[in-house]
Amino acid sequence: MDSEGLKILFQLILSGVIVGSIYGLIALGFVLIYKATDVVNFAQGELMMIGAYFCYYLIITYHVPFIPAFLMTLLFSALLGILIEFLILRPMIGKHVFSVIMVTVGLATLLRSLVGLFWGHDTYRFPAPFSDKAIHVLGLSILPVELATALAALVMFILFYLFFKYSKLGLAMRATAFDQKSAFLMGISVRKIFSLSWVLASVVASIGGIFLASVSSLQTNMSIIGLKVFPAVVLGGIDSVAGAILGGLIVGLTENLAGGYLSKVFGSGVKELSAFFSLLLILMIRPYGLFGKKEITRV
Amino acid sequence: MSCGQYKTSYREDMKIFQTTFVKFWLAVLVISVFLFPFMAGPYLLYTANLCGIAVIGALGLNILSGFTGQISLGHAAFIAVGAYASTLLSLKLGLPFWVSLPLGGLISALSGLIIAIPCLRLRGLYLAIATFAFHFIVEYVIVHWNKLTNGTSGLTVPSPSIFGLALDSDRKIYFLILFIVIPSVLFAKNLFRTEAGRAFIAIRDNDISAEVIGIDITKYKIRSFMLSSFYAGIAGGLYAVTLSFIGPEHFTFLMTIEYLAMVLVGGVGTIAGTVFGAVFMTLLPEGIRLLKDALSHDFPVLVTRMADLQASCYGLVIILFLIFEPTGLFGVWIRVRNYWKGWPYSY
Repeated sequence: MDSEGLKILFQLILSGVIVGSIYGLIALGFVLIYKATDVVNFAQGELMMIGAYFCYYLIITYHVPFIPAFLMTLLFSALLGILIEFLILRPMIGKHVFSVIMVTVGLATLLRSLVGLFWGHDTYRFPAPFSDKAIHVLGLSILPVELATALAALVMFILFYLFFKYSKLGLAMRATAFDQKSAFLMGISVRKIFSLSWVLASVVASIGGIFLASVSSLQTNMSIIGLKVFPAVVLGGIDSVAGAILGGLIVGLTENLAGGYLSKVFGSGVKELSAFFSLLLILMIRPYGLFGKKEITRV
Repeated sequence: MSCGQYKTSYREDMKIFQTTFVKFWLAVLVISVFLFPFMAGPYLLYTANLCGIAVIGALGLNILSGFTGQISLGHAAFIAVGAYASTLLSLKLGLPFWVSLPLGGLISALSGLIIAIPCLRLRGLYLAIATFAFHFIVEYVIVHWNKLTNGTSGLTVPSPSIFGLALDSDRKIYFLILFIVIPSVLFAKNLFRTEAGRAFIAIRDNDISAEVIGIDITKYKIRSFMLSSFYAGIAGGLYAVTLSFIGPEHFTFLMTIEYLAMVLVGGVGTIAGTVFGAVFMTLLPEGIRLLKDALSHDFPVLVTRMADLQASCYGLVIILFLIFEPTGLFGVWIRVRNYWKGWPYSY
């Protein structure tokens, strides 16, 4: 491979890591909910999209500066998380897995179409306060916003790692995920933990959404990105936070490399498809994902 | 007046049409369904055709998800395979409609087999994700296999004819669909009185127990997948004929959601419920259109965002039914029926 080819390869890897870190953020929220409450959240991408639209709305309509708008969005998505958990998921506790999956599919449909109803389907440029000048490092170019995205993802991962490892709430969440009944008997309010996991997932999603909108653009198709969490979590194991992040990165890399090298052969859609295709392949070989625990079922 | 329904033999308990009352009203229903096209206008007929197609498709999904317990998020993909297969067979090979429609169903069943094999070991969530991935793969193939599917420009479906009789009006297509819907419903209803159908239900209720009592899970899961996608394929072929034009935009993920909503709204694992749900969800957009017309004066933006309004109603209907009426319309029907059966002494 000549130096030009090598440069393209590294550039693809770099953008793969950046996109992958966003996937990782969304997958992180997904895993948070799944771990604590056993709910498969199909609406993760929609939570992300709503966060981004809300922030955009504050900035454009009320001329709020970026940082306060960002913080207000976090507050908004926390409230949204509480509301969704309380109104929709709590009545579903103990129901069949089909019903629980379907209620989040319904929620996803509802949220996505509500965004469409309010803001339409145009593509907007997200007014993020980053300059458009690319930074050149070692012959590779990276936009400041991309750098910020990767950094934000890294900070979030570290924060969550510390949160789960040392904080009381984090420990309570882990305990609930491990065994709800024992956690309850130990005096942990499982109800609060359920709300908290939705709050955290929703907040993480909206951060991911704001960065995604800044990196690309704001549009209702963004929620499709939310579906990428499935390949990511299947790769990384559905109940592991670190695995979700790793899975997100791998999906980002796979997509970019496939888009860079295979789209000449298979056409333009191969980038979006590669993640799903590898997902099917992995499930064929390992039905519980790459790092997922094999469930032992008793009759 | 009877205060209950007492059965004295298993034979009686297994009957499809249990009472004279049911037989009478079913006969009324069948007659009115046959008389309907002579009274209805073209738009009503078109809607009725969509209802019939939805019934067939939703039966397929309910067989797989409702009766066998295999969560499928790829139903629109199976419908798309059937629609494209039957259309292409008559376009490219010039096959007559009565051959291409069942062949389209078979090809769809074959795709069901292909997806069933990797999915056999998957359960619950993982199966949902895998079928979901299948949907996107089919969508990709339709958009990108330009030579065959004409990509995003879509295909014009040739007007069907059966044994020289051209099915060129909505009324004729109505009868075609009717003649397929009735056996489809009867077959599905009967299926669950046979060994295969009971095996499906056993797998849904507990797959490990089913295996323990000697049910070949692999065989029956594959059968369920194939049967479900056959129904979907037939629905797809009829859908193509009714629309007379198909493109990838007709088979989006929203269609899968629509079908899932039919099953949930009607009643998971019930045949009559499936029919209720399919009709309800097909008529819902009409209701939404009325809502839009009523609101469009105050919110003019709704006119251009009809699709969003519709989708939000689907989402809302799914959520509300799951929370408040998990047994669906079928459960409501049973409750109302039982109330009136013993009226005025309903205790």
